[in-house]
Amino acid sequence: MTVLDVRSLVVRRGGRTIVSDASFAASRGEIVVLMGASGAGKSTILRAIAGLDPIVGGTVSIPRPVGMVFQFHHLFANMSAHQNVWLAPVHVFKTPRLEAEQRALGLLAALGVGHRASAMPDELSGGEAQRVAIARALAIEPQVLLMDEPTASLDPARRGDLAATLRRLATEARTIVVATHDAEFARACAHRVLAVENGNVRNVS
Amino acid sequence: MTFERLTVSVCLVLASSAVRAQTPAELRWGGDAEGGAPYVEADPNDPSHVVGFDVEVAQLLASGLGRTPRFVQVGFTSIDAAAARGDFDVGLSGIEDSAARRSRLAVTVPYYEFREVLTVRASDANRYRVLSDLRGRRVATLGATLAYDLLADAQARYGIIPVTYEDDVHPYSDLMLGRVDAVVLDAILANRGVRRNPGLINQPAPLAVGHYVGILAPGQEALRDRMNTLLRDAMRDGRLEAIFERWGVWNEDQPRLYARVMADASRYPVAASSLAPSAAVANATVWQAAARYLPALLKAAVITIVLSCLSMALAIVIGALIASGRVYGSAPLRVTLSGFVEMIRGTPLLLQLFVLYFGLAAFIQLPAFVAALLGLGLNYAAYESEIYRGALEAVPIGQLDAARTLGFSERQILVLVRAPQAFRLALAPMTNDFVALLKDSSLVSVITVVELTKETSIFAANIGSWVVPGIMCAAIYLAMSLPLARLARRIERGWRHA
Repeated sequence: MTVLDVRSLVVRRGGRTIVSDASFAASRGEIVVLMGASGAGKSTILRAIAGLDPIVGGTVSIPRPVGMVFQFHHLFANMSAHQNVWLAPVHVFKTPRLEAEQRALGLLAALGVGHRASAMPDELSGGEAQRVAIARALAIEPQVLLMDEPTASLDPARRGDLAATLRRLATEARTIVVATHDAEFARACAHRVLAVENGNVRNVS
Repeated sequence: MTFERLTVSVCLVLASSAVRAQTPAELRWGGDAEGGAPYVEADPNDPSHVVGFDVEVAQLLASGLGRTPRFVQVGFTSIDAAAARGDFDVGLSGIEDSAARRSRLAVTVPYYEFREVLTVRASDANRYRVLSDLRGRRVATLGATLAYDLLADAQARYGIIPVTYEDDVHPYSDLMLGRVDAVVLDAILANRGVRRNPGLINQPAPLAVGHYVGILAPGQEALRDRMNTLLRDAMRDGRLEAIFERWGVWNEDQPRLYARVMADASRYPVAASSLAPSAAVANATVWQAAARYLPALLKAAVITIVLSCLSMALAIVIGALIASGRVYGSAPLRVTLSGFVEMIRGTPLLLQLFVLYFGLAAFIQLPAFVAALLGLGLNYAAYESEIYRGALEAVPIGQLDAARTLGFSERQILVLVRAPQAFRLALAPMTNDFVALLKDSSLVSVITVVELTKETSIFAANIGSWVVPGIMCAAIYLAMSLPLARLARRIERGWRHA
């Protein structure tokens, strides 16, 4: 069943066309990897799907909300890891505070960072911050999770862990789109790899 | 080392030759041209040239000494200190004789007698005849004058509220506006005030009598005595009378004064005041005076701290609004707000205070404290807004994008994520600004608010020295600003570990 459908996507930024004609689809429980060199347009495609960059042409069909994990995590620096996770459920989705806090602790524990719940973002390692960011994105219960360059801040041992984590999340009926230039990581987790080149998407496997 | 020594000796040679060049030929005399006619006034046709009866008295003294008079501009309130430093040979600017002046400076014989006069609105002529009728009312005067001493005394006796001005024009215009209910100043200024403001009248009974004298640096008694001889000669041969006639201020008090001065100048009483004010302070030691002034200084410090806190609160609120407008607002709003900020930052606070209090008086009469609060608050709001704008823009864009993907509204992002981080960045510069505001609050004395610095200058003028008042004032300012700095450091540390 198709969950995400991108057709003839065009994104322009500052008068320059970054994505010229991107089309692809992803179904429930599928992990799709967008592979390509830096500057190929992978991140921009993710940002356009998430609604952060305006779309000039084409269509994106996706169930909202969309979870997104950024390359540099972008945790809110003024609050603990725990609060980073429960903030949106409470303030955006009006989940009762206690329930949201309990669920947030559950998510952090499931991702292996339950013991870091009270830490501030600047006290977390790169891997810990990434897992908190994943928990924050999952807290709003998205059907689609977008991840931008997730291996950039991880040492090789941790990359295997992350691939396993993504596989597990996919089995829970989530669709995951990963943008990366790390071919080894792509092989380890992807159901399907798409090549991104000069703003175009091409099917590889 | 050699170079330094050479520089020093060159400077010494230059300095001594400069002194040699000017001492024999010139009589440097100090006065304040802001005081205006008939004392010392810049000639409207040639502002570098001064006219007035004090100018002519200076010419009289200079020609008697065989020198050329040269005018030195000095602010009226610092004229004693300038005389003591030797900035000029003699000060002549409607300077009042007082025990304090006599104890610290070489003072000439008096050359003019004046009466302190109560000026009121004509409609109040029957209500307010003497100071005791003005209980609980605001009465204006110039700071550091005999008239101020009279009002300070009347404050203790009758509960009037003295309001001090830096000039002699605004007391009368504020009396017209109803900001004060009476003015006490010497008859020369009072007559001028009544001429300029129809609807005011001078009460006939004088409150006190005082004298104008020349002041010289301590140690200049020989020159002072020569000047006394010249003044007495001019009293005898009618040259002083001619000067005061020319300026329209000659009256029957002067011949009586001159007769007494010529009879015995050495034991001349300071002032034949009905209240004999200021003598109590002047005769006390500096420490007794300090103890007597301490409560007034502490009270003024309360005004300073209350005004500073309220102004800062206003500056923070308005500054935050301006900053959000500049970061989130539409293009026309952004342009308007940055125009406001540039206008406030580009003009002196002193000018803004004058405009708010005196300039707007024709349309809206703000009470002095409110005008001071608005002036300081709006001025600092401009600076705060720039700090907040910078701090808001320093919060990483990535966090804002992350918040958007989570579904937060822009308002929620500002309140929950952006503003708290910006506030922490802004805290250190804000504390800095608050300490600056605490000290800038001294400027509001120009619009008649008596805060710590103003009270100190009144104290200093009264005892004729800045040393003890200056130290006390500095100690009180430090006692206010140091805990502030500590508090800010504590808050910053606390937040880092929050």
